[in-house]
Amino acid sequence: MIKIGVLGLQGAVREHIKSVEASGAEGLIVKRKEQLDEVDGLILPGGESTTMRRLIDKYDFFDALVNFGKHKPIFGTCAGLILLAKDVVGQDNAHLQLMDIKVERNAFGRQKESFEVDLDIKGIADGFEAVFIRAPYVVEVGENVEVLATFKDTIVAAKQGHFLCSAFHPELTDDHRLTAYFVKMVETAKLAS
Amino acid sequence: MSNSGTDRVKRGMAEMQKGGVIMDVVNAEQAKIAEEAGAVAVMALERVPSDIRAAGGVARMADPTIIEEVMNAVSIPVMAKARIGHIVEARVLEAMGVDYLDESEVLTPADEVYHLNKRDYTVPFVCGCRDLGEAARRIGEGASMLRTKGEPGTGNIVEAVRHMREVQAQVRKLIGMSEDEIMTFAKNLGAPYEVLLDIKNQGRLPVVNFAAGGIATPSDAALMMQLGADGVFVGSGIFKSDNPEKFARAVVEATTHYQDYELIGRISKGLGTAMKGIEIGTIAPEQRMQDRGW
Repeated sequence: MIKIGVLGLQGAVREHIKSVEASGAEGLIVKRKEQLDEVDGLILPGGESTTMRRLIDKYDFFDALVNFGKHKPIFGTCAGLILLAKDVVGQDNAHLQLMDIKVERNAFGRQKESFEVDLDIKGIADGFEAVFIRAPYVVEVGENVEVLATFKDTIVAAKQGHFLCSAFHPELTDDHRLTAYFVKMVETAKLAS
Repeated sequence: MSNSGTDRVKRGMAEMQKGGVIMDVVNAEQAKIAEEAGAVAVMALERVPSDIRAAGGVARMADPTIIEEVMNAVSIPVMAKARIGHIVEARVLEAMGVDYLDESEVLTPADEVYHLNKRDYTVPFVCGCRDLGEAARRIGEGASMLRTKGEPGTGNIVEAVRHMREVQAQVRKLIGMSEDEIMTFAKNLGAPYEVLLDIKNQGRLPVVNFAAGGIATPSDAALMMQLGADGVFVGSGIFKSDNPEKFARAVVEATTHYQDYELIGRISKGLGTAMKGIEIGTIAPEQRMQDRGW
């Protein structure tokens, strides 16, 4: 069975595990870097990206995560998308820099501007219930990045090789189609390796 | 068509704070220390609860200048407190763009009968609770997040422990009940029936429940996580300690790794003096903040 880890330093961890399980895979909360060896794919959950980054550094996760990304699939949602990006608007240093995307934090505004909307995700799901919470969006993508969804002309979901990201929170709804898609990506990657 | 201020958007915001620490701050400098230490949000106040307690008199919403200063200083969410039932304070804070409102018993209540109808607002609310009845009433009014009341500004964890245990025990009891027992349970708790039914069906509270009111050390924070809190609020504990930077970082770490006792031992070394605490029995009944709220 495919085993998918959810980085469990802070944020909506339990919901992702539930969604992974509903998609037919096994979920593991990853709190220590050694646990990365046990999983076939990893989800970087929503939460506060600055807090997560601090804890990533504190527990020496940084290199382990970058290394994991060289071999295995990663799915970043909201704060997780920020962690994956090569560039963050207004910041000198981005985080893991695994995806060739430039993102803007809190791009839609403060919490009162947070919203939900039905989105079409190319080749994955039509009418997906997307919940945006103080969400980022993608400002620019490199040539190897496939844009999967847009909202009001901004990019809110994308894929590059075995990396997947969304500015919204698939884990906050019972719509598991995007997570199921990631589970398939992990399956494919595992078979190929 | 996009929708803002839905239950999912408001409750989801609190879900993103899980496993984190929310710190009380009174200026931009403290807010930056909190963010740097890894806080998931800050609560912008004019005075921390222990100073409110010491000052006495009527405690109101903070001066908007302070809240604005904090909002400009950090990129993490900013919360602020409105008095219980004070519609205008809440609307003003919402209009300012504060990310989360606390309808808080730390401030002097503006209404001794009614709480705010929190469903009316786009901004989400957190409210205090001591038991499941209070928790369910606040959820019924539209609160998107709960926290224990504890006894704010005391640096004494005993009341927060009592309230967390009480809520957890009553939720467990409810989940084990057959449906025909729920109406009477609702009557006895003073809780809305539909909210209880929802909790029973989901097997848990529909919103996150943080611990607050008396957390003064990293071990206190870890204790509350162990008792089932989704995260912690630290009010006076951090900036009333000898070394706020170090203290703030230690509380964040203890909250993340609340079951790693070696680590908690290590980070608790040489933190300096924690805030001076108050024995609950020495607080006059009319000075107890936890009794505010209906």
